[in-house]
Amino acid sequence: MNAIGARLPRKEDPRLLRGRGRFGDDISAPGQLWARVVRSPAAHGRLRSLDVDLSAKAPGITAVVTAADLPPGLVIPVRLAAADLDLSAYLQPILAADTVRYVGEPLAVVVGDDPYACEDAAELVEIDIAEVSAVTDARAAGGTVAAEFGAAYGDTEAAFGAARHVVGIELAIGRHTGVPLEPRCLLAVPDPGAGSLEIFGMTKVPVWNRDLLASMLGLDETLIRVHGVDAGGGFGVRGEFYPEDFLIPWLAVRLGRPVKWAEDRAEHLVAVNHSRQQYHRISAAFDADGTITGLEDDIVHDNGAYCRTHGVAVPDLTVAMLPGPYRIPAYRGRVRVVLTNKTPCGTYRAPGRFEGTAAREHLLDVAADQLGIDRIALRERNLLTRDEMPHRRPITTLRTDVILDTGDYPALLTATAREAGRLGYPTLAGARTAGPATGRRPLLRGFGLAMFVEKSGLGPQETADVLVSKSGAVHVLAGGTSLGQGIQTALAQIAADALGADPRVIHVTTGDTAAQPFGGGSWASRSTVVGGSAVHLAATAVRERAVVLAARMLEAAEEDLEVRDGWVGVRGDPCARVTLAEIARAAEPASRYLRPGEPAGLSARRRFEVSHMTYPYGAHAAVVEVDPGTGQVRVLRYLVAYEVGRAVNPMLVEGQLRGGVAQGIGGALFEEFSYDDSGQPQAVTFIEYRIPTAAEVPPVDLLVSQDAPAPGNPLGVMGAGEGGINAVGAAVANAVRDALGLAGGVGQLPLTPARVRRLAEQAGLAGQAGHVGQAGLAGHVGLAGLAGHAMGGAA
Amino acid sequence: MKHTHAISLTVNGRRHELAVEARRTLADMLRYDLGYTGTHLGCEHGICGACTVILDGSPVRACLVFGVQADGASVRTVEGLAEGPDGELSDLQQAFSDHHALQCGFCTPGFLMLAEAYLAEEAERGRTLSEERARELVASNLCRCTGYQGIIEAIVATATARARRSGGPVDGGPVGGGASSEPADDR
Repeated sequence: MNAIGARLPRKEDPRLLRGRGRFGDDISAPGQLWARVVRSPAAHGRLRSLDVDLSAKAPGITAVVTAADLPPGLVIPVRLAAADLDLSAYLQPILAADTVRYVGEPLAVVVGDDPYACEDAAELVEIDIAEVSAVTDARAAGGTVAAEFGAAYGDTEAAFGAARHVVGIELAIGRHTGVPLEPRCLLAVPDPGAGSLEIFGMTKVPVWNRDLLASMLGLDETLIRVHGVDAGGGFGVRGEFYPEDFLIPWLAVRLGRPVKWAEDRAEHLVAVNHSRQQYHRISAAFDADGTITGLEDDIVHDNGAYCRTHGVAVPDLTVAMLPGPYRIPAYRGRVRVVLTNKTPCGTYRAPGRFEGTAAREHLLDVAADQLGIDRIALRERNLLTRDEMPHRRPITTLRTDVILDTGDYPALLTATAREAGRLGYPTLAGARTAGPATGRRPLLRGFGLAMFVEKSGLGPQETADVLVSKSGAVHVLAGGTSLGQGIQTALAQIAADALGADPRVIHVTTGDTAAQPFGGGSWASRSTVVGGSAVHLAATAVRERAVVLAARMLEAAEEDLEVRDGWVGVRGDPCARVTLAEIARAAEPASRYLRPGEPAGLSARRRFEVSHMTYPYGAHAAVVEVDPGTGQVRVLRYLVAYEVGRAVNPMLVEGQLRGGVAQGIGGALFEEFSYDDSGQPQAVTFIEYRIPTAAEVPPVDLLVSQDAPAPGNPLGVMGAGEGGINAVGAAVANAVRDALGLAGGVGQLPLTPARVRRLAEQAGLAGQAGHVGQAGLAGHVGLAGLAGHAMGGAA
Repeated sequence: MKHTHAISLTVNGRRHELAVEARRTLADMLRYDLGYTGTHLGCEHGICGACTVILDGSPVRACLVFGVQADGASVRTVEGLAEGPDGELSDLQQAFSDHHALQCGFCTPGFLMLAEAYLAEEAERGRTLSEERARELVASNLCRCTGYQGIIEAIVATATARARRSGGPVDGGPVGGGASSEPADDR
C-alpha cells in the first residue's frame, strides 16, 4: 500500500477534539507549587534594589528568589552559533542582577501554593530602578552593535558602476512574532530520592534543552526526562530555552517539590522572542534589457536587548536567502545587528525570508515600473532556469553551503500567473468598485505577486527508532516534537509506507527525551525532511529484519517472501504467512528463531545525516482593496503556489500553507510591537497586538506542486511549514502599491491604516477619483490569451 | 485565609459541589478544581475565545466569568461533546477533523463550543448557516494555525447536515463561498 501521498485523517485529531490533548498546563503533580515571574517595569536602568521581604511574607508564599539566590554567572548560550561571531557579551542572564534592559526582563520569581496568591505576592516585590534613556530605534546612535557581517560574491561595485539602471528602495519590516495560542508553560517534577527530574512543557528542541539544563544544574543529562506534550503552536518561538526554562526546574530541585509556571498573555507578549524588525536599504543594478547585474542590501537588524538562543540566525538567513530564485551575478548583503531596549529577538516562521523576500520583491516591482518592463516579465528574465540547477551560491548559512538543489522556477511562475488568471484575479483587481467609500473616495484595488525560495531540512541528523510490539502495534520514537503541524500523522504515513503496514496501527511518540535521546527537534522545516527520512530508514530496516525472521519461521527463502498489510508471507501461498505481531513474538529473548548473539526484538534505530538543506520555492499572488480615506486594506483573494517535492499528506501541506498566509497577513497589515520613546511596549494585549481573525483572512487558493523531488533525501520531500508565510509581506505590499499607483515603495510594513492613508495622501489620492492598478488595466487586456502571463506592469 | 463560597453546578450533566474564592474564574475552576482541562486559556482577557464554554445554553468566555457566577448553572465543555470519553465524536467534532479545521488544537475547544451553541440557537429559530454568517461567527475567536478556512467549512457542513437530517431548509447560503472554494462536501 502507498501510505505516502494519502489525505489521511490526522492521528492527533481525536484527542484534541475531545479536549483530551495533553498540553503543559493540563498536567499537575501532587504537592505542586506555582511560580510567578516578576518582570522589569522599566526598559533600561540600574537595578538599585529589589526588596522581596513583604512578598515573601505574603500568605501562601514558599519562596521568592532573585539573581542573588542563583548560581553565579549563568547566561543562556546560543544554540545556533554562527562561525566567527562572539556574542558572549550580549547573552541574557537568568535574572537581571544590576542592569535591566527591557520591559519584561525577569527580576525575581515568587513561588507559592496557589497561582492567585503568587500573583498577589509578585505585586509586593519592591523594585527600585534608576532609569536611563532607552534605545528604541536601532538606526539611531546609542545602540550597541552586537555583530556586523554579510554575504557577498562577485564585483558589485563594478556591476553598479556599469549599470544602465540602478533602482533602490528602503523598506522597514515591523516587529512581530509567532504568538502561539497556548502561552508557554512548564511543570518540573523532581524526585529527590533518585536525584532526577521530569519536565513537562518543553518542546521544539527537547534534547538540546535537556542537555543545557543538565549542564546548568550540574546533573547528568539522563537524570532529566523531558516528556512529550501537545503544544499549542510553535512558529519558532515556543520551545527555545528561555530564563524560565532554567528557573522552574531549578526551583523544583531546590525546593524538592513540583513547580508549575503558566505564562499569561500579557507576559508572553513581552517575554517570548520577538522577530522580524529590520530596516532594508536595497538596490539592484540592471542592464538595458532588465537583466539584473548586481544586488545590494544594507540591513539594520533590531535584535532587542540580548542575543538569545538563535544568535544572529535571522539576519544570517536574511543575507543568505536574499538573492532568492534569481540569477544574481554580483551580490553584497550587509547586516548590522543592533541591541535595543526591547524584548530580545529570535526566529519566527520563515525567519529572514519574510523580511528579505519583501525587500527584494518590492524592489523588483518598483524597478519594473521604472524600467518600463512588465513586472512578471522582469522576474522571468532573471529567474534561474532548470538547466542551471543545482545552483551553488558562494554563500553559507547556518553553517551549510547554499546550494539550490532542484526545481523549475520559471515553470512555477508561469503556472502561478495562469492560475491567478483562471481564478479571475486580474479582473477582480481591475474592477472599479461601485459604491463610494468613506469620505466619498472610491475603493482602490491592486494586484501583487512575489516569488521566493524557501529552505528546509536542516541537518545535521535525525534519529528514529521503529519497533513492533507483541500486539503487532508499530511504535515510532521520533526526535521531532508535535506543535500542531501533524508530525505524528506524517511520520506514521512514512513508517507505514516503508513497513507495508496500516497507518492506523502505527503510534508515533514525539518530544520525549527518554524515548528518543538523539532527537534534533522540530524547527527549520526539518521534521518531515530529516525526521521523516530517519523514520523511513528505521522502518525499512525493521521490514528487512521482519523478512529475515519470517523466513526462519516459514522455513522459506527470503527472496520468496512479500510484505503486505502487516504480514510477511510466501508469495502466492496464502497459507504461509506470519503477521508482524507473530514475528515480534518470535523475536523475543529465548525465542528459538533467534540465533546466538543476535539482539532480541523486532526493532531498529537509524540515523539520517544530511549536510545541505533542500530548497522549496513558490510564488504568492494577492488582490487587495484599499480605502484611501481610512487607510484600511482588505485582502480579497490570495494564491499560494508552492513546490514541495513530494507531499506526504497533501491535506497537511495545504493546512500549513493556509495557516502561514493568515500569519503573514497579520505581519503585512496588522501586527506590530511598537514602543514609546521610553521603551514601554504599546502592544501588551490582543487589543493592541492584532492577530487576524476570520474576518481578515480570505479563502486561500492553492497550487501545490510535486514536480521537483528533493534529490537529497530518500523520500524526495521538501518542507512545507514556511512557504505559506514567506512572501505575504511582499505580495501584499506589491498589491497595495499597485492599488495606490505609487512610483516608489510603500516604505514600511505592516501597512496599518495610518500608514496607508499617508501613502494615499502622498500619492495625491485623497479625494480623487479612483485609480485602478496597473494589474487591473492589464487584466482587461486579458490574461488567458497570453503567451504567458504578462499581467502586471506597464501593459 | 482564603474566603470561599460554597457553590454547586452541573458540568456535562454531572453535578459538582465545591468551595471557591469569589475571584476565581470559571475557567480556572473548571480546569484546576474540577479537572476539565479541555477548556483552554489563551489570553485571559476575553479576546481569543479558547476558553469558550456553554453556560446555560449560551457561549461565554470562561475567563471573563467568575466561578461563583456559575452557581446553580449548567455548563457544557468540550469533554461533553462526544458520547462518553471514548465514544463516537459528535458530528461537529468529526467535521472539524474531516475539514482539517485544527492543527495544534489549542483553540479548538473554544471554536467547538462557540459553534455548538450557535448551531443549536439557529436550529431553534429554524435557520441554517450561510458561509458569510459562519465567517462572522468564527471571527469571534482566534486561531493561529489554520487560517480559519477549515473551521468555517466544518461548521457550515455540520449546519447543512443537521438541517438535512431534521428535514429543514438547507439553503442557508452558498456552502463553499467564493469562486475558488470547493463545496465543503467535496473535501
